[in-house]
Amino acid sequence: MSATHITNVNRELNMEPIRKGFGRGLKEAGEKNANVVALVADLTESTQISLFKETFPDRFFEIGIAEQNLVTTGAGLAAMGKIPFVSSYAAFSPGRNWEQIRTTICLNDRPVKIIGSHAGLFTGKDGATHQMLEDIALMRVLPNMVVLAPCDSIEAEKMTLAMAEDSRPNYMRLAREATPVFTTKETPFEIGKAYVFDEGSDITIIATGTMTYQALVAAESLFKDGIDAEVVHVGTIKPLDGETILKSVKKTGAVVTVEEAQINGGLGGAIAELLGENLPTPMIRMGMKDHFGESGDPVDLFEHFGLTAHHIVLSAHQLLAKNSK
Amino acid sequence: MADQPSYTIEELELKAVQIREDIIKMLEHAKSGHSAGPLGLADIFTALYFNILKHDPKNPDWEKRDILLLSNGHCVPVRYATMANAGYFDRSELKTLRAFGSRLQGHPERLKLPGMETTSGPLGSGLSQACGMALGLRMNNELHRWVYVVMGDGELNEGNIWEAAMLASKYHLSNIIGIIDRNNIQIDGPTESVMPLEDLRGKWEAFGWHVIEVDGNNIDAFIDACAMARAITEKPIMIIAHTIPGKGVDFMEYDFHWHGMPPDHDQAVKAMHELRTLQGRIVSEHE
Repeated sequence: MSATHITNVNRELNMEPIRKGFGRGLKEAGEKNANVVALVADLTESTQISLFKETFPDRFFEIGIAEQNLVTTGAGLAAMGKIPFVSSYAAFSPGRNWEQIRTTICLNDRPVKIIGSHAGLFTGKDGATHQMLEDIALMRVLPNMVVLAPCDSIEAEKMTLAMAEDSRPNYMRLAREATPVFTTKETPFEIGKAYVFDEGSDITIIATGTMTYQALVAAESLFKDGIDAEVVHVGTIKPLDGETILKSVKKTGAVVTVEEAQINGGLGGAIAELLGENLPTPMIRMGMKDHFGESGDPVDLFEHFGLTAHHIVLSAHQLLAKNSK
Repeated sequence: MADQPSYTIEELELKAVQIREDIIKMLEHAKSGHSAGPLGLADIFTALYFNILKHDPKNPDWEKRDILLLSNGHCVPVRYATMANAGYFDRSELKTLRAFGSRLQGHPERLKLPGMETTSGPLGSGLSQACGMALGLRMNNELHRWVYVVMGDGELNEGNIWEAAMLASKYHLSNIIGIIDRNNIQIDGPTESVMPLEDLRGKWEAFGWHVIEVDGNNIDAFIDACAMARAITEKPIMIIAHTIPGKGVDFMEYDFHWHGMPPDHDQAVKAMHELRTLQGRIVSEHE
């Protein structure tokens, strides 16, 4: 591993669900700005909106199991100058209410903040119905929408604060299970920026959400194999930070993308579009490949669907071997 | 403009005729759009813009204005025609309806036209937005502003409406005045054969709303209904406004085929003749 990396990859790190960072960030955003309000569709505790509810009961609205109503009521509150954070499981919001988001939030340009909790394979035992894998694609195609996927709970906290100050509609996906907390208060975050978390020159591993940590672990392993990988964390999938990504890929000439979402329309799709138009580069897209998940312990699911650090290492070797032919 | 200029009912009825004429001309010119709903709603929109609403055509973002949402966005020709007659923009712009580059989009867009409070067209989302606005007004301690939301009756097939019905009742949003355009038609036919709505009054009452039924083509009665609605506290209010689809044009009235169709030139000429000879006495002509 090169000496210039921003974060340490440490297996002794604290573990915390990313959604916890959202809960803290929302309370803090609420303290900073009296216009921040929170709405939930019968999932107060599991989406971690409970902290805000306890602190600001008058600015909290329980909508019930009604996700279409959740986002449209949010649009109405935004019209009155509020900054609504609307939260449910990603499978239901934005899974069920896409048209309302399109018309009343995006086309209408209302700064509603949509929080999709329990996204990705970390939703594990609940099975395919609840493992939202299409949310990035669904939100990425909407004009005006900003799409965010934090890599750990600390970044989620920063992202939430940034969302409260952003004038656009935003979507942020969160994962259920505890994941390593590897960024610090000092790690930079800004909406619209990708960050090089580990510098390298042989291959660029571009990751988002929980997969960024796995990419860093993979880079450490690759370094032992004599491959100096650069890890770019894309916390903002839209608007994509083309400058940072192209600069890295120009240097390495090989790309692996990693996400726990559908690669079609997801991060893999976004990077392929960027590179296809600007810098065609051999690449491997890792993620869900046009299929659904199933019930199981997340550890087993990540293994089965080929989304562990080990699999990233194998993909990097495979791509570099192909490139050297 | 806190207070409306005072118009007599006869003057308002004449304005409604003018608005109907403008609707016919717009639709004929655009060669596309919906006829029946906008004509049926002309009396309600006249009453709203020339009597009921607190608003200012010269300052559409006036901070003390009442909010009017048109949830059934396809009926927007009546809103454009009424807004033009109220002075929001010149009536000559009505001819740009649905044309490229126009502010008058086929379905209303907030960002295109000042005074359009929201973007609508896909049905069923207006009442939820009204809930959010009503909650926001209450949080802001703006107690003398109302949110009026016009919905179609066919639109009530949408589940989103009933989600909002529960929410408004839960939070006692008495600053919402819903208006259902009960004209009994939708694209595929009579509402009661497509998806029966009755007992419509009973449904809203069961959801915790105060219901007022009124003749939606009687301007005087509709103004009274809204005055009563504003006096109701504790419950959200739903006005079921019984209207005649295509009202004012004999060959369009009651016929669901005119839901999504514009008149051709000959039909427009016939419609204009009929409207002009009514001389603003629409209610009495059909009594």
